[in-house]
Amino acid sequence: MDYATLKVIWWVLIGVLLIGFSLTDGFDMGAAVLLPFIGKTDAERRVVINTVGATWEGNQVWLITAGGAMFAAWPLVYAASFSGFYFAMLLVLFALFFRPVGFDYRGKRDNPKWRGAWDWALFIGGFVPALVFGVAFGNLLQGVPFQYDTDLRVTYYGSFWALLNPFALICGLVSLTMLSAHGAAFVKLKSDGVVAQRASKALRLMAGLAVVLFVVAGGLVATLIGGYAITNAAPYDAVANPLLKSVEPGAGLWIANYVTYPWMAAAPIVGILGGVIAFVLAGSRLEKTAFIGTSLLIVGVILTAGFSMFPFIMPSSLDPRSSLTVWDATSSKMTLEIMLVAVIIFLPIVLAYTTWAYRIMRGKVTVDALDDKRNTMY
Amino acid sequence: MPISETVDLSRLQFAVTALYHFLFVPLTLGLSWLLVIMESVYVMTGKTIYKDMTQFWGKLFAINFVMGVTTGLTMEFQFGTNWSYYSHYVGDIFGVPLAVEGLAAFFLESTFVGLFFFGWNRMSKGGHLLTTFFVALGSNLSALWILVANGWMQNPVGAEFNYETMRMELSSLFQVIFNPVAQVKFVHTVSAGYVTASMFVLGISSWYLLRRRDVDFALRSFAIAAGFGLASTLCVIVLGDESGYRTGEVQQVKLAAIEAEWDTAPAPAPFTLFGIPNQKEERTDYAIQIPYLMGIIATRSIDEPVIGLKDLMGRAEVRIQNGMLAYAALQKLKEGNADNATRDVFEAHKGDLGYGLLVKQFAPNVVDASPAQIKAAAKHSIPPVAPVFWSFRVMVGLGMLFLLTFVLAFWFCAQRSLLQDNRRWFLRWAVWAIPLPWLAAEFGWIVAELGRQPWTIAEVLPTHLSASSLAPGDVWLSLAGFVVFYTALFIIEITLMFKYARLGPSSLQTGRYFHEQGAAAVASGNRVA
Repeated sequence: MDYATLKVIWWVLIGVLLIGFSLTDGFDMGAAVLLPFIGKTDAERRVVINTVGATWEGNQVWLITAGGAMFAAWPLVYAASFSGFYFAMLLVLFALFFRPVGFDYRGKRDNPKWRGAWDWALFIGGFVPALVFGVAFGNLLQGVPFQYDTDLRVTYYGSFWALLNPFALICGLVSLTMLSAHGAAFVKLKSDGVVAQRASKALRLMAGLAVVLFVVAGGLVATLIGGYAITNAAPYDAVANPLLKSVEPGAGLWIANYVTYPWMAAAPIVGILGGVIAFVLAGSRLEKTAFIGTSLLIVGVILTAGFSMFPFIMPSSLDPRSSLTVWDATSSKMTLEIMLVAVIIFLPIVLAYTTWAYRIMRGKVTVDALDDKRNTMY
Repeated sequence: MPISETVDLSRLQFAVTALYHFLFVPLTLGLSWLLVIMESVYVMTGKTIYKDMTQFWGKLFAINFVMGVTTGLTMEFQFGTNWSYYSHYVGDIFGVPLAVEGLAAFFLESTFVGLFFFGWNRMSKGGHLLTTFFVALGSNLSALWILVANGWMQNPVGAEFNYETMRMELSSLFQVIFNPVAQVKFVHTVSAGYVTASMFVLGISSWYLLRRRDVDFALRSFAIAAGFGLASTLCVIVLGDESGYRTGEVQQVKLAAIEAEWDTAPAPAPFTLFGIPNQKEERTDYAIQIPYLMGIIATRSIDEPVIGLKDLMGRAEVRIQNGMLAYAALQKLKEGNADNATRDVFEAHKGDLGYGLLVKQFAPNVVDASPAQIKAAAKHSIPPVAPVFWSFRVMVGLGMLFLLTFVLAFWFCAQRSLLQDNRRWFLRWAVWAIPLPWLAAEFGWIVAELGRQPWTIAEVLPTHLSASSLAPGDVWLSLAGFVVFYTALFIIEITLMFKYARLGPSSLQTGRYFHEQGAAAVASGNRVA
């Protein structure tokens, strides 16, 4: 397989891992965000926690694998984004700390204050990453102030606070509401009674907000946020060195792909459609369909961001030439090949036992079930 | 070049977070297999007590496991956040085992760990045992891939520098995976984890035995831990020796630093039992030496010398000069106006490019480094000797102590003499010995990683070039955040660990154990096995 094709395949695969993360761990984060609101009593909160309790740990590995895959396949992106977004990354990291310990330690003592504190810790563990991942995408769309020197050492010239600009915050809210909707749809699917009723309400609110915010963000991308284009490209199969090309910012460039490839418009349409399905079915008994709705919402939103920017991954607002693209941010041909083989072998196995694990844990979590299974539930 | 304060702080932060992560990893690695053993006995014999054992030690496993996951996240983030030039320079190789770790190991461990806790009533006995087995397999495979990555930092095989992308690129995955350093390190490290877990179970069981409570439960746990611990300790020591041999082959500087051997001694070299390494004067004061021993361990022969640090620094000086030629040629190659002669110079010396980069700290332009600066860089090419020397000795001393402990534990167990009054001293010792394997593991980390300095990738990329271009203030802030956060989490973890260890199997609420029974029931329940 030639190098250029491999580069595109890896854009797809990183996308698959990010979508896999958002679809699975997304509802864990969403459930954690909603935890203090749709669970009022300790028993209700335990129901919410136990809907995701057995499987969230495996879900989180999507994030870890996406990070590892980015390190291996897009080392330049991994290096530039993690160091450039230094405090944002640490904020996500520190928030994620709360989850493993929160899920396990919460039930280890009976003290209500102890449990209440962990409930809010879990809330932070869902809220902060969900928001910051969106904020990060918002900044990628606008371009990020970084530059390479001739040793290909990257230096970032922005501040943490500059990341929190209005457009990026809107993107953050898209992400937050979309994952909250997904969490609500999952909790509704896996619970009954008052918890499920509150989850329905949350689903309607969050899915509605997500669609509206997504449309607003899309409108801003089409008008205010210009975009970038490669003006003097290196060959697609050239070595991965971002400094071999030139790049210009310009108006309307993020919607150029939709003009060239009209089929890409399917992404935003699927996203909006999924959100509307979830919104409409929030109160109905079609729990699975509503969950499929929020899943489509997530897939649509992430693909929209990816399609708009393709082939860009991380444009530089400071020195556009330093921008990282699908063509010049990858690892060597051999590494891409080896990693592709690894994915082809292991991803189906992962999907198989993950599916099996969900089958084992199928069924609704009820307040009654919690009491006689103290040792095998959170 | 990053600011040197940033580099130092980033190193400190990495050391703090890695050492902290490694407080939880060894127990996970070993306890998972102990759970497999206990549950296997349950499945084979059908005796409920073994199910209780699996569930109770599983509770302690969980308290520890989640901390391992929490602190492991940091490690994956940190290469990118604080070591971005490192990530760029070697991501093509180093990223592969990290990604495969997620895909082929951590997914397995994490998916099945959920089923381990939640699946007791949802699967057949055999199905659940298989789940436990996958948790153990996953966590140990995880260690394998991480140590493949780490082994490559120690002995970077199967990779070549590409000047067009300014980074190292993979040339042979086979060599990276079957890197002898990685393989030996893996087995040494996981066995150390097995020792840690065995000591943990042994110590806590001893505590119950001292109090004569849940005796049956404690004796059975003790026996499993004693057997597994003895086998593991032997494994650690044998493989530690193998590790020493491999170190001698490919990491001569580290070996010489471990032994504080300044001058090349005639073969077979003596082993310095104790002494005070004096880096400034380049000698070891008050050395007590055992003749021949080191030569035999490190070279497995009596006629091969172990090269001393002074000679190694001398060699480094030559390589630095070659590296400067490679660096000069690289500058021309980067500008794109390279003739064949330049290319030849680069190809001839690119193996020493790392040594050229080592000068950067003393002469930023490298090519114009003065002889004094080259000398300074050569002196800088060895790690701080004293901490490596001492850490190694503490680690090995503790290893010997573990061997003694497990031999006795195994012996007393076989004798069925643990409940005799003249064994109380041993039970008390076993309780106090619980933290020692962690200490040994931490010191082992220091030997391996401080002994690698001044490189992040041995002889390829110096540490001072690897860090991100961050302001020192940024790293101060994050370091403070880690210290505060980790300390708080540690206090919580330890409190819970003590709480549940004290409660013992009564925490399972089965009604069969100490705290749930009246005094009379306890007395009759304490059958002496």
